[in-house]
Amino acid sequence: MESFSGQALSWKVTGGVVELALHREPCNEIGSLSLAELEKFAAALDGLEKHAHALIVHSEMKPGFCAGADLRELYRRSQDMEKSLARAGVRDFLERIHRVLNRIDAARLTTIAAVHGVTFGGGFELALVCDLIVADKLARFCFPELRLGLVPGFGGIPRLKRDLGNAIVRDLLLTGRSFNATKAQQAGLVSQVVAEGEGLRAARATAAQLGKFDRSTAIAAKKFIKPIPYEELQREIDLFCELFSRPAVEAGLKKFVESTDPQPYLP
Amino acid sequence: METAEKTLDEILALAAAHFKVPREKLSPDGDFFKTLGIDSLQALDLLTKLENHFHIELPDYELQGVTDFRTLAGKIQARL
Repeated sequence: MESFSGQALSWKVTGGVVELALHREPCNEIGSLSLAELEKFAAALDGLEKHAHALIVHSEMKPGFCAGADLRELYRRSQDMEKSLARAGVRDFLERIHRVLNRIDAARLTTIAAVHGVTFGGGFELALVCDLIVADKLARFCFPELRLGLVPGFGGIPRLKRDLGNAIVRDLLLTGRSFNATKAQQAGLVSQVVAEGEGLRAARATAAQLGKFDRSTAIAAKKFIKPIPYEELQREIDLFCELFSRPAVEAGLKKFVESTDPQPYLP
Repeated sequence: METAEKTLDEILALAAAHFKVPREKLSPDGDFFKTLGIDSLQALDLLTKLENHFHIELPDYELQGVTDFRTLAGKIQARL
């Protein structure tokens, strides 16, 4: 499928570059709808890889790239069903999103996340599967999961460990604080920081440059440079599910979802 | 070293410009969430702007409960 226009995301191919645009209100929260459309994209990748050399993932939403998992949906669904079924539902969701993210991680394309604004939780994890991250000056990265009694569940921990030193990984995960783009670049996460609103343009320029190289060499180099930590990814799913079953998490989610505080991300 | 008053003044000017609010409508002791009509995500935009402007790093947990520009200026001043 060369192009697709869904409710949460769309993609098209232009000049050998696949552009995957996220456009679900308010900030591309990943719930069942986004997951289903991401699965469509992952299934289409086999075909897209035949006539493209690069993939750009970006957001059309003003607040940012992606605010992560749809916690409201997660909470609502977990309230509507019996506890063991809710836990099984969470595991199924995680297994599915991991399959999608692992597929993008392993794509035979050079992948670029063009991020701006909020790049939190699952949104950060989506950026982390990409080979390069181009960030605009107002991009902010955060793993707020510990604030809810959880750990990142979409592959964030193994992929952070793959890319960064352990001290900065601990800082991000254990404090739950957010980093700006400059700090993220200093840490080695972000390859380019650009002016506000310039992320997609810079990503397109980078993708055009990548098109000049021999594809088979680029694919071989990527495979060598960027191994996928499958075993740790599976362990992360197990840890998340173990933590999710605790009452403290339900209480944390309830507080977050029902909060009218102007600072719900800062417990 | 910037003085606390100069820091406060720069924050007010920056917030006014970023959120397109007349500078004179912003009071140092007013609730900026209400005055600017912003939510937590927009407040993070402001935090990023301030970090870039002052070349500092300000952990967001230090801003928990901060709602007025004067207190915000104090937090920034402590990082300059």
